[in-house]
Amino acid sequence: MKLYNRGIILAGIVIFLIAASFPFWYGKGRAVSPPDLKLDTPAIERLQEKLCMEPAPFMRANHMRLLNDWRDSVVREGKRTYTAADGKIYEISLTGTCLKCHSNKDQFCDRCHDYAGAKPACWNCHIIPGEVR
Amino acid sequence: MAPTRRKFLQIAGIAAAGLVFPPLAKVLDSAQRPGTPTTAGLPPSVANTGSPLMAKRWAMVAIAGKCPSGCKDCIDACHRTHNVPDFGNKKDDVHWIGAEKMTHVFPAETHPRMPESIRDLSVPVFCNHCENPPCVRVCPTQATFKRADGIVMMDYHRCIGCRFCMAACPYGSRSMNYRDPRPFIPKTDPAFPTRTKGVVEKCNFCEERLAQGILPACVTACKEKALVFGDLDNPGSDVRRLLNEKYSLRRRADLGTGPQIYYIL
Amino acid sequence: MLEKALKGSRGYGIWVALLLLLTGIGFFFYLRQLDYGLGITGMSRDVSWGLYIAQFTFLVGIAASAVMLVLPYYLHDHKAFGKITILGEFLAVSAVIMCLTFVLVDLGRLDRAMNMILHPSPKSILFWDMVVLNGYLLINIVTGWTVLESDKQGVPPPTWVKPLIYISIPWAISIHTVTAFIYSGLPGRGFWLTAIMAPRFLASAFASGPALLILFCLILKRFTRFDAGEKAIQTLAKIVAYALATSIFFVLVELFTAFYSQIPSHMNHLTYLFRGLEGHNMIANWMGVSAVTAVIALVLLIIPRTRTREPILALACCLVFLSLWIEKGLGLVITGFIPSPLETITDYIPTGPEIAITIGVWALGLLIVTVLYKIFVAVRTEK
Repeated sequence: MKLYNRGIILAGIVIFLIAASFPFWYGKGRAVSPPDLKLDTPAIERLQEKLCMEPAPFMRANHMRLLNDWRDSVVREGKRTYTAADGKIYEISLTGTCLKCHSNKDQFCDRCHDYAGAKPACWNCHIIPGEVR
Repeated sequence: MAPTRRKFLQIAGIAAAGLVFPPLAKVLDSAQRPGTPTTAGLPPSVANTGSPLMAKRWAMVAIAGKCPSGCKDCIDACHRTHNVPDFGNKKDDVHWIGAEKMTHVFPAETHPRMPESIRDLSVPVFCNHCENPPCVRVCPTQATFKRADGIVMMDYHRCIGCRFCMAACPYGSRSMNYRDPRPFIPKTDPAFPTRTKGVVEKCNFCEERLAQGILPACVTACKEKALVFGDLDNPGSDVRRLLNEKYSLRRRADLGTGPQIYYIL
Repeated sequence: MLEKALKGSRGYGIWVALLLLLTGIGFFFYLRQLDYGLGITGMSRDVSWGLYIAQFTFLVGIAASAVMLVLPYYLHDHKAFGKITILGEFLAVSAVIMCLTFVLVDLGRLDRAMNMILHPSPKSILFWDMVVLNGYLLINIVTGWTVLESDKQGVPPPTWVKPLIYISIPWAISIHTVTAFIYSGLPGRGFWLTAIMAPRFLASAFASGPALLILFCLILKRFTRFDAGEKAIQTLAKIVAYALATSIFFVLVELFTAFYSQIPSHMNHLTYLFRGLEGHNMIANWMGVSAVTAVIALVLLIIPRTRTREPILALACCLVFLSLWIEKGLGLVITGFIPSPLETITDYIPTGPEIAITIGVWALGLLIVTVLYKIFVAVRTEK
């Protein structure tokens, strides 16, 4: 079987393979270790039991989904409280509840988001406490 | 993975239960006279929010005759509370409350032989939180919607900035963020989010304050007590009392939108 | 078949390069708009839709070119159109792509455009417009391309294409109707609140779409070896004449209702549109041109002696296009906002970047038409 336009096809395959594998060889040898998140804010220090609303593994995996649910719950349903799995009730507020403990947004939120390449749009509207002009 | 997923489902289940069984606070509230501050018990962890104000149908009466000429107290208070930018030009202008000439607000209800004191009135104009809002009907993403208590809300997370609602609103109550508003906010209040460029915004009847048990910013800011806010479905409320006593007007009521801002001269 | 668009004469190459350049310039300014916000345009709080949405409205009309060929050919067996139905379909494809692009560049938050699908709102006319426009685009791409492909291979088109073509006829009516409903269903905008908005859209569409198609046929005849044929072009010219007459009639009907009833909320907009209000008469000047060109074009198209002379026909079609572009692509949208609900008159003047973006989208559309027509001509003249 004869392959027509052999040169063009082979060149195209090579270019595709280079482009598709770009992230792998570009980042090779530059392993970046996961960031060490700071949990030593004054508010957290004061806590007797150092626990978030939900267990840390759950928060780590699902905080974005939880925040999306919170957003819809407040804005669209007017429901402003959240009942955690252990029955405790919290006010639904990104800046008021989450950032009350995690007041070090740059050390806590940003480090991990930068590492993961996540760019949440929260702060385009919501105001980081203490960052008011 | 497995425990995390189980946990998530657990929580989702609780959240779903919360939807089916109305929270205790709501049940207690409905037993009370709507429109008055409620004392329904919220857990201590949310005590800072006060007791939410609830109503079946929020409405406002504006006693325009009380408005001193040039007074902008309600506008300033609203715009400060909600981080409304001041672009300083008419093209990019964003406002939630406006002050307009009586003859422009009520073109069909005024005529040249009226006393000048009436024709020259400066009338505050708001979102009318219509009973039958055209903006809600036209929104292609349900970014604007009507709550059960009558407040026409904007979900700034969802708005795509198509501005169909601005064309649909017969009152000119909506503003577009043609530019990034943040640099133009005179003094940012951290308690309320700003908006981004490219979304439409408008008056929200201070739903965030009602949830904390406080009356709208414009109402509390008015020294003349020209703005009265309350539950239209509650015969004992101040708005109902005023509407009972005085002749009132609504903007372009002929359009069938059911505006919920009532004007008394 | 796409490879046929890659080879062409020097003139073809220069034309494509020019269109690419204009598209590129438009894209550059669009990036600036993304950065700065829609404030880069002339739109304001009072006039919140401008050139973009007006182009969208006008181009929905151009997309009608397809149905005015498909209907006579497939329903009435008007053989003369057999050669060019694909041209109409391809023009519709390009017009609808321009429509969708204009809606997208008009969005404040393009990054959230998918919200229209993630949170579908059947009560919103814009939702239905998205559905019908995308459907029309799909139908015309599929039918045009498949019929041309079969042509190339010298076989009859597959049988499943026929039903799709029949569906495209009412579907074309739907895109105009739904687009008109965007405007005519709004309370408090007296200028748009008229039941003949949809018929008006159809009438002007059946004039502007076929007029552009005639121009394209004449261009193809001059620069390529493809000739649409005298009979097809003359039939199209008659369609344009009748549609234009209907369109003018509808505008006069609107004028009568507003000015005889003397209801200010209906009259004021039309006064602004045709005479100007309180010294604001920029749009009125344009509308003057639109009115004069429409009448001249109508006369030229009605009289057989002028209609059958190709250069005069070309002129008449240019006039139709210009007149209806001013009416739909400028006047209809902007005037709905002037005067505003609070009785203020805010002029709308498009800015440089806004015009550059608009030209960019048009260039993109012309590029698509060029490529599709090039393929068409190559297939048809190679046989």
